[in-house]
Amino acid sequence: MGPHSCSPASLSHSSSLPSPTNETSGLVTVRPSRLSFPEAEVSSMQSDPVSGSISTLSREDNAAMSSEDSSSTLADCDLGLGLSLAVGDEAACSEVLRPIPKIITAENLPHRFRSSLGTSTLRRVNGIAGIKRTADTVTPNASSQVVGWPPVRAYRMNSLSNLVKSTANKEVTSKSMQNNAMNSARKMDSDCYKGFNHKQGHLLKSSYVKVNMDGVAIGRKVNLTSHDCYQKLACTLEKMFNVPIGSSVITGSSMVEYASLAGETISSKLLDGSTGYILTYEDKDGDWMLVGDVPWRMFLNSVRRLRIMRTC
Amino acid sequence: MDPKRAKQSPDSAEAIRLSPFPDEALDRILALLDSHKDRSSASLVSKAWYHAERWSRSCVFIGNCYSVSPEILVHRFPNIRRVILKGKPRFSDFNLVPQNWGADIHSWLLVFADHYPFLEELRLKRMTVSDQSLEFLALKFHNFKSLSLLSCDGFSTDGLAAIATHCRNLTELDIQENGIDDISGKWLNCFPDNFTSLEVLNFASLTSEVNFDSLERLVARCNSLKILKVNQSITLDQLQRLLVRAPRLMELGSGSFLQDLTPQQYTDLETAFRGCRNLQTLSGLSEASSLYLPALYPACANLTFLNLSYAALQSEELAKLLAHCPLLRRLWVLDTVEDKGLEAVGQNCSLLEELRVFPEHPFDQEIDHGVTESGFLAVSYGCRKLSYVLYFCGQMTNAAVATIVQNCPDFTHFRLCIMNPGQPDYLTNEPMDEAFGAVVKNCPKLQRLAVSGLLTDLTFEYIGTYAKNLETLSVAFAGSSDWGMQCVLEGCPKLRKLEIRDCPFGNKALLSGLEKYESMRSLWMSACKVTMNGCKLLAREMPRLNVEVMEDEESNEGQAYKVYVYRSVAGPRRDAPPFVLTL
Repeated sequence: MGPHSCSPASLSHSSSLPSPTNETSGLVTVRPSRLSFPEAEVSSMQSDPVSGSISTLSREDNAAMSSEDSSSTLADCDLGLGLSLAVGDEAACSEVLRPIPKIITAENLPHRFRSSLGTSTLRRVNGIAGIKRTADTVTPNASSQVVGWPPVRAYRMNSLSNLVKSTANKEVTSKSMQNNAMNSARKMDSDCYKGFNHKQGHLLKSSYVKVNMDGVAIGRKVNLTSHDCYQKLACTLEKMFNVPIGSSVITGSSMVEYASLAGETISSKLLDGSTGYILTYEDKDGDWMLVGDVPWRMFLNSVRRLRIMRTC
Repeated sequence: MDPKRAKQSPDSAEAIRLSPFPDEALDRILALLDSHKDRSSASLVSKAWYHAERWSRSCVFIGNCYSVSPEILVHRFPNIRRVILKGKPRFSDFNLVPQNWGADIHSWLLVFADHYPFLEELRLKRMTVSDQSLEFLALKFHNFKSLSLLSCDGFSTDGLAAIATHCRNLTELDIQENGIDDISGKWLNCFPDNFTSLEVLNFASLTSEVNFDSLERLVARCNSLKILKVNQSITLDQLQRLLVRAPRLMELGSGSFLQDLTPQQYTDLETAFRGCRNLQTLSGLSEASSLYLPALYPACANLTFLNLSYAALQSEELAKLLAHCPLLRRLWVLDTVEDKGLEAVGQNCSLLEELRVFPEHPFDQEIDHGVTESGFLAVSYGCRKLSYVLYFCGQMTNAAVATIVQNCPDFTHFRLCIMNPGQPDYLTNEPMDEAFGAVVKNCPKLQRLAVSGLLTDLTFEYIGTYAKNLETLSVAFAGSSDWGMQCVLEGCPKLRKLEIRDCPFGNKALLSGLEKYESMRSLWMSACKVTMNGCKLLAREMPRLNVEVMEDEESNEGQAYKVYVYRSVAGPRRDAPPFVLTL
């Protein structure tokens, strides 16, 4: 029984990053621009746990981060540490006037921002940066590099990171999930909706699912947890896809959902099928089901993606 | 029982002049003083008053456990019943202080066992507490009543079991946000069956499951229970059963608010909440959803403090809830409520005095979620009595802050954290100097300030010029030169705590405060430009300060990477670990 350490659950990756190949000239500008610390591991965690599609970088690939992920952000990476660094003091500048490589490792960070980071370990205080990212561009996270910043108490950080860590640990290593086997889908599923699992953590996590509409080539994504009932979801989707037929009646009251447990009346055109489109979803078994039958919460637990299907 | 006393002042004429009352009267009068500051002042009047005060004092507050030793404490105050101790520097909350730094309670307990056998209360913050210490506490102090541990580390639930088992007169067990080794919830079963004195039970921050039957029976037999904060393992229907047994609760922390309730269960829950008429504080509500929040509404009429900082509410949910909380004075939320939620705060909570907005995703720099300056502005328009704010945001402007402090000039605590270090005003791209300048100019009562964003020395010039009541200042990634820190040290007469990280302040700045540090509780500087030589000089010049430098593998040759300076009457630490160098 050892005393529990105050440090939050952090993902420590021993960095075995390849040495930088393309070095920009060591230049620290004084511009008070946003601090940009391209982070080796942010882009590596680009997976979308909800829809099941994981970007080409799997967990094993984390260590060997592809340079193209970082290049776009590194291009204008100036370690602009505000005015403070540049004021007259060459000695202080020299420690940051190092060539800025494409792939940043712990050694490349200036001292002041490395704080208590180990020399070879990029100890991250957070485990969540990147999990949420479904967009392709990775905004470098200055604050995630710095120990103890933002100043959120270790206990609170643990509450946050426990939630995401349990999600991260179960990410599968397979690649594209577009036409995936059910197995992967099943594995992902139970972890996707951490917020609805009693034991799993304190906070509801945002969960984005893909939405495709018949006849539309490009799909969209919608955040399910930001809706609390079918009406709202249907409303959002109607706005997104401009489903033709006027206004849907949305009440959005929380008790509507409660009433749904006792059998709701669906007042969205999309949901009642009168537009010629119906809203369906793929559940965790891989079957396509009509949206609206089961209570909202149960739906959230089993939905993997949505499809607006043409009926005529 | 009147203890024997040292002889009073030998000069009886002087004694009569300064102390016209008989000693007994003076004792009685001084015994009524509660405030530590008042007592300190009284003790300085004369020797007679000094002794009267020290004999009558029953509660002592020590803001830095190393500023005094337990021996000195018990020698001066023989009759202490309640002790409040704070240990590590505040930045240890953010992992800037290595493990095993110190602040161990045990050496204090050993001395207390001999001199304060009737100790009743111990409130510890950022101390290291071991299970052995807890067991020692439980066994040696038969009158022990009240234990509060906040942000401490080093113990496990076994230690709690010892407290529950042996402290027969326990009235308070308050365990908050500690680095605790959460082995099991069995400690709760250790309260004896005939134990009924509990008034405060807070185990909200523990995660392991407790036996609900034990808890229910405990709540049922402790009729004086006023504060109950349970952890996540307690479900909604279990909560309902607890509420039914303890309707007189004043503070409630719920467990998980997520469960599939039958309509009957929901009704029962709502009824239970309706029965809680005395509720002033509500917290917990983890995984709360719009589905069950309405069950709470009947209990919110008298609510003054609502802590939603572990409940990821959306803006509409918050708005609906706040509509039922007209008397709210303190509100803590997560930034999931977004600006829209804060608008609802401004609209509903005209009595609000304190607002804290915590980040759900502290490391996510995308600004399309979380809160911005608009939310803060909205609150300031609606809540003119705002005096305490802690605000984590992704962006801020000078103009917004200026307007905010125009609306709310009563700020005593202004803690703004723009989460990206060194970020300027996002509209004008200028430093945030004018924002904090506005704060110190408009808020004369300001006691505590935390700055962030891109800041030059100008911010500190403003602080030094205007913040005459400032006691605590936290600075990170700011400033341009030594001049900034000098302004603060020279300009803020009431400064007590200064904590600085990652700023370009060096020896000149450090040494400019030479005479200041003895009037302060402590100074923390990490990742600044201070060197070992500078610290050694400080230590040499000011022997009554403890100047401690923490070795760090990151530090350069000669650099003092983490410096902690504090006044002490106890001399250098005797228990310093190898990585702490006392100069």
